[in-house]
Amino acid sequence: MLTLDRLRITQDDFALEADFSIAPGARVAVLGPSGAGKSTLLTTIAGFLAPSAGRVLWAGTDITGTAPGMRPLSILFQDQNLFPHLTVSQNIGLGISPRPRLSTGDSRRIEAALERVGLAGLGARKPVALSGGEQGRVALARCLLRAKPLLLLDEPFAALGPALKAEMLALVAEIAREQGTTVLMVSHDPTDATALCPETVLVAEGTAYPPRPTAALLANPPPALAAYLGP
Amino acid sequence: MIPAALAATLVAALVLAPLGAVILRAGGVSALTPSDLDALIFTLWQAALSAGLSCALAIPLARALHRRRFPGRGAFIALLGAPFLLPTIVAVMGLLAILGRRGVVNGLLAGLGLPEFSLYGAQGVVVAHIFLNLPLAARMLLQGWQAIPAERLRLALALGLPPAAQARHLERPMLRAVLPGAFLAIFLVCVSSFAVALTLGGGPRASTIEVAIYQAFRFDADLGRAATLSLVQIALALAALGAAARLTLPSSFGAGLDRAAPAALAPDRWHRIKDGATLTLAAAFLLAPLLAIALRGITEIPALPASVWRAAANSLMLALGATVLTLTLALPLSLAAPRARWAEPVAMLPMTASALVLGTGLFLIVRPWLAPTSLALPVTLLVNATLTLPFALRLLLPEVRSLQADYDRLAASLGLSGLARLRLLTLPRLARPLGFSAGIAAAFSMGDLGAITLFSDGRSQTLPLALYSLMGSYRMEAAAGAACLLMALTFGLYALFDRIGAHADPR
Amino acid sequence: MKKTLMLAGCLVAANTAFAADKPVLTVYAPDYFTSEWGPGPAIEAGFEAQCGCDLRFVAGDVLPRILLEGEATEADVAIGLNTDVSARARASGLFAPHGEDLSRLTMPVTWEDETFLPFDWSEVAFVYDRTRLATPPRSFAELLDAPADAYKIAIQDPRASTSGLALLLWVKHIYGDKAGEAWAKLAPKVLTVTQDWSQSYGLFTDGEADMVLSFTTSPAYHLIAEGDDTKVAAIFPEGHYFYAELAAQLKGSKHPELAQAFMDYILSDDFQGMIATANWSYPVIEKPGFLPEGFAALPRPQTSYFYPEAEAEALRGPALEEWRANFGK
Repeated sequence: MLTLDRLRITQDDFALEADFSIAPGARVAVLGPSGAGKSTLLTTIAGFLAPSAGRVLWAGTDITGTAPGMRPLSILFQDQNLFPHLTVSQNIGLGISPRPRLSTGDSRRIEAALERVGLAGLGARKPVALSGGEQGRVALARCLLRAKPLLLLDEPFAALGPALKAEMLALVAEIAREQGTTVLMVSHDPTDATALCPETVLVAEGTAYPPRPTAALLANPPPALAAYLGP
Repeated sequence: MIPAALAATLVAALVLAPLGAVILRAGGVSALTPSDLDALIFTLWQAALSAGLSCALAIPLARALHRRRFPGRGAFIALLGAPFLLPTIVAVMGLLAILGRRGVVNGLLAGLGLPEFSLYGAQGVVVAHIFLNLPLAARMLLQGWQAIPAERLRLALALGLPPAAQARHLERPMLRAVLPGAFLAIFLVCVSSFAVALTLGGGPRASTIEVAIYQAFRFDADLGRAATLSLVQIALALAALGAAARLTLPSSFGAGLDRAAPAALAPDRWHRIKDGATLTLAAAFLLAPLLAIALRGITEIPALPASVWRAAANSLMLALGATVLTLTLALPLSLAAPRARWAEPVAMLPMTASALVLGTGLFLIVRPWLAPTSLALPVTLLVNATLTLPFALRLLLPEVRSLQADYDRLAASLGLSGLARLRLLTLPRLARPLGFSAGIAAAFSMGDLGAITLFSDGRSQTLPLALYSLMGSYRMEAAAGAACLLMALTFGLYALFDRIGAHADPR
Repeated sequence: MKKTLMLAGCLVAANTAFAADKPVLTVYAPDYFTSEWGPGPAIEAGFEAQCGCDLRFVAGDVLPRILLEGEATEADVAIGLNTDVSARARASGLFAPHGEDLSRLTMPVTWEDETFLPFDWSEVAFVYDRTRLATPPRSFAELLDAPADAYKIAIQDPRASTSGLALLLWVKHIYGDKAGEAWAKLAPKVLTVTQDWSQSYGLFTDGEADMVLSFTTSPAYHLIAEGDDTKVAAIFPEGHYFYAELAAQLKGSKHPELAQAFMDYILSDDFQGMIATANWSYPVIEKPGFLPEGFAALPRPQTSYFYPEAEAEALRGPALEEWRANFGK
């Protein structure tokens, strides 16, 4: 269970408060107007921003001061998810360990992960030789191998077309289901939220509200969300 | 951070402790003379003018190099580095062969009935400084161009931006980020100019602070005044560094995917002619003196005595050692610099350390404990590496900044740290500037005149010293051969390391 | 294998014995001195042949190093000092009398210094190439009065170079209170002022400079080593400034007898007979056969002069200021 305990994030004149928990295995959308602080919330949970007050807990353990790489989570950013100078296999291999030589067992796992995301045989390529969707799949394959219980998605597929994005989200859902991963996903698009996430956290007016069922929220949006969604 | 702190302590100690030892021995600092103040004024103005002109001329050159593709472009860019790397004495020889009274240019001018161009006096000093430093500025700006992600260039192409708009959206932000550092580096090189100012300056009007320090030591035996002058030089450097730090802004281009740069960012028609003219003129100005040295000296090389070859071998060994040491100091310091305010000033400190004060102070420190001659090798290596450090730092720092801006988050989220981070992220991404820095370190060490003569036992001569010995005993023909050999080895080492860096770059 | 080991053992033993048996005479000398083209190797071979010792040159900045080392210096002898630094060297009190009979010297000036012993000498002069310069100056006055474009001269900086300082004192000696005016007249004809002699000379041999401040003995090198008789020193009736290179023994030497033997060796026929072509200057004791034919026939100035040390030291500061003020105009 992810718990945000009276969390307060302040940056200059921006402030965001969050005080709720997310059940293990839940898939939660983070929805709200631009600039409301959706990415900031995820960045704080991932450990790149220190909150000005409150705690972040995972399964009862305080991880507020833990280094990003040591937290029980994987995060995919809007961009820069792959090292352009490393091959696809090397990028994925970083999900297992940064050792110089991976064992044959490791190579097999990398190959399997590539196959799982539909990129079998492309391990020797560099990211620049892949399409945007394929790059997203490589990053997902790395999350697969890291096998962390929490996955944070900060709109990694925003640049893809609707069909491709839906396909990627379906893949995320599938993997999350298989591994029992808790997913927290920033989105602009209510249809994405509906498709992938049974629950939604609304971020607006300086507050991240506790998760509510997505369908109910969208059917009867509070004024801030209604304004964002439009008529 | 710990290796950086160690490196910083070592460098700071190496620059400041000798100065302290000299002050202690002198029993304090002493007042400057009116001629010292004249020297200070000339130093500042010639350095500012040389740096300003070098940077201004480097802009069209770097632009032309960036947007034109032609056969031999890679070799041309590599050769561009040569004048900056050449030992000044060799560079001056080459310049004289082209621009001197009996040089090619004045021959042409005379043939056309035009007045003679004089390479002496203040204009000579500035022209020589531009010859030596324009290549550095051009290389730094070209790196700036190359650091603009291909995505941004592609966007500019897709939008069909005319040259003026390209300049506004791509070139100007890049120049804003790179130029202050380039200006500073060249300004500081020219501040401590010694041989050029003396040879071409033409007398007391063109005396630099370094010349004043030499005089204080050599004739007046006034260690106190030498120390004061050295402090003035350091203060000057720190002030310039402070000003540059205020003026430098991150370029904020963001990261790209290492795509190959689009081939044709090149506007057509008269821009093509303009670029062609720029490149031709630059090639003539920068490469003709090198060619002159080569033509004059190459036939003398086979006849060089064995001792010159031994000196060459000594110099090569020193250069390799100094290269390793430079990178060992420069890498941790440049990695720490974006976060630690102290790292950059410390790494720049050696730039204005007077070699004379450095050598004397070290001698005073070592002398009570050990025979200085037994430390000749380590001290020479250490001093050479320290004096190259500022250049290595300036080359590495922009790349380190963008590396950290672009990949720190991803590396942290994957828990990539320590040696693994060094091997998988830092070294591959920095391969190019590391190779370039290694090349410069090797070249500088090759051209070293044995600034630390107090430590030498005179047994193991370096190649530049052998060159001076030849000149000092009337053997000007053999000296031309040794100069050509020195140029070839210096440039060969530099090109080798630069190539290794480019080869190791996974992009 | 055993044999090799034994052989190696013998070699090591022989080496140590060699090092242990012979006392080492440490001689500080300038860089150019010890290079294979300098006089160092010949001196080392000559002295070692008679002293039963090992002469070890330490090359570098001779006087600054000794002054920094003070009484703890390892030097037994210092060679290659110049007249312009002898006052400072003497003031340090580190040097001992040479004990030589100075009446044997055949130099054009009287030498009475009991500490610093000259081993060769020359005079500063302007050297030109007679195939390039049709009308060389016949006197210092003619040199000063020549039009600005008559010839371009490379000289050395009196603040950085010994020969440059000699020129400063030369001008002072001829023109006295009018030295400032002389510098102002000379300035337009000076191509540039270099840090040391070799840079100036390089400019001259490259054809950049028509004349160079050098020595009356410079043409000897071209004549004897290169068979080239086109290089000529302009001899002026006003006289030339004398220039000597010096040696001295250290008070604190651990081998005073050897150091003294070295001072004796400096005035020996062996040393004096070789120094002319080893260092391209005149021996301080000239005997028939010490100079090769062409060298002996070089024109020499009518008068040579030389400021005594204290006087030169007192003149130096004001003369430099005069130079600085008038040369820059």
